[in-house]
Amino acid sequence: MNLDRSSVERIAHLARLALAEEDVPRYVRDLSRILDLVERMGAVDTRGVEPMAHPLDIPQRLRPDEVTEEDRREELLGLAPQAEAGHFLVPKVID
Amino acid sequence: MHTRTIAELSALLHEGAVSAEELAQALLERIQRLDGDLNAFITVTAEEALAQAREADRRLRSGEATPLTGIPIAHKDIFCTRGVRTSCGSRMLDPFVAPYDATVVERLAAAGAVSLGKTNMDEFAMGSSNETSYYGPVRNPWDPERVPGGSSGGSAAAVAARLVPGATGTDTGGSIRQPAALTGITGLKPTYGRVSRWGMVAFASSLDQAGPMARTAEDCALLLQAMAGFDPRDSTCVDRPVPDYRAALAGEGDLKGLRIGVPREWLEEGLDGKVRACVERALQVYRDLGAEVREVRLPNAHLAVPVYYVLAPAEASSNLARYDGVRYGHRCQDPRDLTDLYKRSRAEGFGPEVKRRIMIGTYVLSAGYYDAYYLKAQQVRRLIAQDFRRAFQEVDLLAGPTSPTTAFRLGERLDDPVTMYLSDIYTIAVNLAGLPGLSHPAGFVDGLPVGLQLVGDYFEEARLLEAAHRFQQATDWHRRVPPGCA
Repeated sequence: MNLDRSSVERIAHLARLALAEEDVPRYVRDLSRILDLVERMGAVDTRGVEPMAHPLDIPQRLRPDEVTEEDRREELLGLAPQAEAGHFLVPKVID
Repeated sequence: MHTRTIAELSALLHEGAVSAEELAQALLERIQRLDGDLNAFITVTAEEALAQAREADRRLRSGEATPLTGIPIAHKDIFCTRGVRTSCGSRMLDPFVAPYDATVVERLAAAGAVSLGKTNMDEFAMGSSNETSYYGPVRNPWDPERVPGGSSGGSAAAVAARLVPGATGTDTGGSIRQPAALTGITGLKPTYGRVSRWGMVAFASSLDQAGPMARTAEDCALLLQAMAGFDPRDSTCVDRPVPDYRAALAGEGDLKGLRIGVPREWLEEGLDGKVRACVERALQVYRDLGAEVREVRLPNAHLAVPVYYVLAPAEASSNLARYDGVRYGHRCQDPRDLTDLYKRSRAEGFGPEVKRRIMIGTYVLSAGYYDAYYLKAQQVRRLIAQDFRRAFQEVDLLAGPTSPTTAFRLGERLDDPVTMYLSDIYTIAVNLAGLPGLSHPAGFVDGLPVGLQLVGDYFEEARLLEAAHRFQQATDWHRRVPPGCA
């Protein structure tokens, strides 16, 4: 599998990663190699095999819809790079 | 004192021959003296440790102690620790001081274990050499020019160098067992769901599992006893009684009647000849203990690494989307707009291996590729799990090499991700199937440790620990101390 430069740039955009111009060729090479490795599974006949999402094949457990967390708003906002008046701050999104 | 096992230290603490505070102090001094070169720790929490140790001494005196009370340990820096930086080996979380304790941390603290600090690891647990850490590589105590394995390389090196008798690790594709093998210690990845993942920074949620790393199977049993059990805060944690692991190890005993299967696929191409010879000598020890050793087949074994490098990156790309530079963690300077904030914070916060995996995951989940990659990988995952089910109809345990080579040189595989990924060819399938696996010291090749991997059926941790314990009663590989660490 040979990814080209523009596919790598598109993937990086979808993943919200800014890639330095000079690093792109290395990612083109590395990601292509990893996909070559992955494609070894392509030849396997998997018709009728049910996809396995959970190693123990057990259903997701549900819990009662009750509030169990205490209010730690100020403490948690304190972890943010920028917060003010009870809110996380981000650059302006609406003019 | 530092060469003693957890079981031995526990007896000394209960007899009053040493206090928890003296023990913590002695090991903290040892860390200070030796860890500058090893780099096994990211954060040492001396003050908190001494406070925990004094409390442990109080419990020991008042008779409220457990076998772990006063035992010094270290936590892989993937476990959240309240009030202490939890970096996950990443610049992204370098500023992150966790606001709560992971369940594993909480349970070990409740048992009275004394945490000396947080150990180094591959960034976000992605790596097999501990070289992708933002805090620099960890050195292998057996040879400082070699890697300790990864991703729990700091925990492995700390235990091997006798800085702590035991530590926590996590294992998504081999991250407990492979570094245990490369540093000559014992490490156990429990059945998926046996130990709570709550407060453990997520990498690939259908594969991640926490487990103990120590020098002996007996010590792993003591640690697992405290770590395992139901936790309503992790929706995949299994509600099932925890057996008495140490009771399974009682007495001298042998392994008569135990059927051990050796998958032919684990001894084929890719395995270093000297490692193979060492593994075969270890299998002879099991025969001498009375076990019946026979060949079994895992016909889809060669597909485990390809399947893993679809599923693990897919889950990682989704899990790591939370690092957005807004709520916690690293944020870039002067973002132009919100997209720029996301893109540059993530570009600066993540290293190259994490970026590769996020991009692979993003690609295999993107429109038009999902069926060919993700769904296909989930189907092949089932075929791999079915191989194990069939094998366990014939035998009780599987055994083979943990890793195809001994510890490799620093830098040797860093530029070639695919070669690095093949360090985990024997461990990855065990995570895909969700089974428990253990690595124990099996001998040496050219002065470097070799690990033997044992794999059990679901929730058969006690049987794995018992087999490894009997092996360790008959051998002394696990007692060998790296040069300069005696």
